[in-house]
Amino acid sequence: MATYRELLARVKEEIAEISTIEAHEHFESSESPLFVDVREPDEWEEGHIPGAVHITRGRLESSVEGLVPDKVRPLVLYCAVGSRSAFAAKVLGEMGYTDVVNMAGGFVDWKRNGFDVTIPRVLSSEQRSRYSRHLLIPEVGEVGQQRLLDARVLLVGAGGLGSPASLYLAAAGVGTLGIVDADVVDESNLQRQIVHSTDRLGEPKVLSAKRTLEGLNPDVKVVPIQERLTSENVERILADRWDVIVDGADNFPTRYLVNDAAVWHDIPVVHGSIFRFEGQVTVFAPGAGPCYRCLFPQPPPAELAPSCAEGGVLGVLPGIIGSIQASETLKLILDRGDSLAGRLLLFDALGTTLDEVTVRKNPDCPVCGESPTITDYVDYVEFCSTPLELS
Amino acid sequence: MAAVRIPPALRAEVGGARELEARGDTVGDVIDDLVERYPALGGQLLQDGELASFVNVYLGGEDIRTRDGLETPVRESENVILLPAMAGGN
Repeated sequence: MATYRELLARVKEEIAEISTIEAHEHFESSESPLFVDVREPDEWEEGHIPGAVHITRGRLESSVEGLVPDKVRPLVLYCAVGSRSAFAAKVLGEMGYTDVVNMAGGFVDWKRNGFDVTIPRVLSSEQRSRYSRHLLIPEVGEVGQQRLLDARVLLVGAGGLGSPASLYLAAAGVGTLGIVDADVVDESNLQRQIVHSTDRLGEPKVLSAKRTLEGLNPDVKVVPIQERLTSENVERILADRWDVIVDGADNFPTRYLVNDAAVWHDIPVVHGSIFRFEGQVTVFAPGAGPCYRCLFPQPPPAELAPSCAEGGVLGVLPGIIGSIQASETLKLILDRGDSLAGRLLLFDALGTTLDEVTVRKNPDCPVCGESPTITDYVDYVEFCSTPLELS
Repeated sequence: MAAVRIPPALRAEVGGARELEARGDTVGDVIDDLVERYPALGGQLLQDGELASFVNVYLGGEDIRTRDGLETPVRESENVILLPAMAGGN
């Protein structure tokens, strides 16, 4: 039998220890070891060594191999004063970690020396509960959720595509959603524009959407922009530093305008379009992939491209395409997975088929090509109605 | 025979069909075969015998403009997709 003091003394004889001063020298060096913080979550949240990984003492044995798979990597373990981490260092030695030292004096002494400390931003208990299904996904987790909360997404259009896209982005906790739309809610919208409702008839769509989205998630701030996007206002609207643009516009001039502005501002566009039973969805990532003008250098004449108002659309179709747009947007913010950049998905609800075609960057593209010929906003209405040149 | 996907905006020109079979050794031949049977389609797809710039044609998932255009050879049972841009989002 041994007391705690005797046990600690015995363990300290079996492990290697360094002072906080020595640990700080390693920390500052070009080959800094990995610092492992074994304290409880509330201690970690009050501050920790920058770059440290957090594994509570209770989960050390079960979690360490997942977080630190390289067993020869130099590790510096610490807790508050160096006792819990002494036991942790002994266990890691037994598990085959070959270069483990304990930081004597712990985080208390580190702070007393005035060394760098990071105070992590943490989710509130309400947020932990709301986003619990995201926190369980390794590709999202707490860091990813914070990125979503910090993200700013601009939706062009609060209609068929903007409705499901904005609802899912708000539910996911994307912190700021700008919505550009000049229209008011009309009865004929409600067959598909699910962000609005019957009691909002006649209300500006951006204000109706703001009420729905902020009601769904109080973490989300909706910036209503009750205007039609034009060459005159686009610079003012984009000055607000958006991370991603979701294009759910209903006309060609706006789509070409969004494209040109996004290329010049280096903002990725998640593009969706719908007609009757068919939808198209892709991502235009400036620099990394093609732009809308690479895909469609010229808009078709009006008779070949009727709008949904003229030709109709199945109510659920924007639900499918707009949801894919939301999914692509979240992936861009999280920087996870493979985006649709360079690929155009074609969905046909009648045949329930999903086809994919390749979209290549056009070196002769007038906006994103090697020698651009369009370098400032043009009259997009005129551009979309001029007689077409032959290819 | 190649299967040609007809986009919704062009279905009125082909009696409502979503897909048509057409013969031809090249994409140009396949389109000519269709236009012979459905002359109205020609007015929408072609301008002076060339593919109109606002219509994309994909063979095996690749834009034929990145291959040999209308001269691109079509292998048996390859799929052709006709795709004009759509603007609808509302």
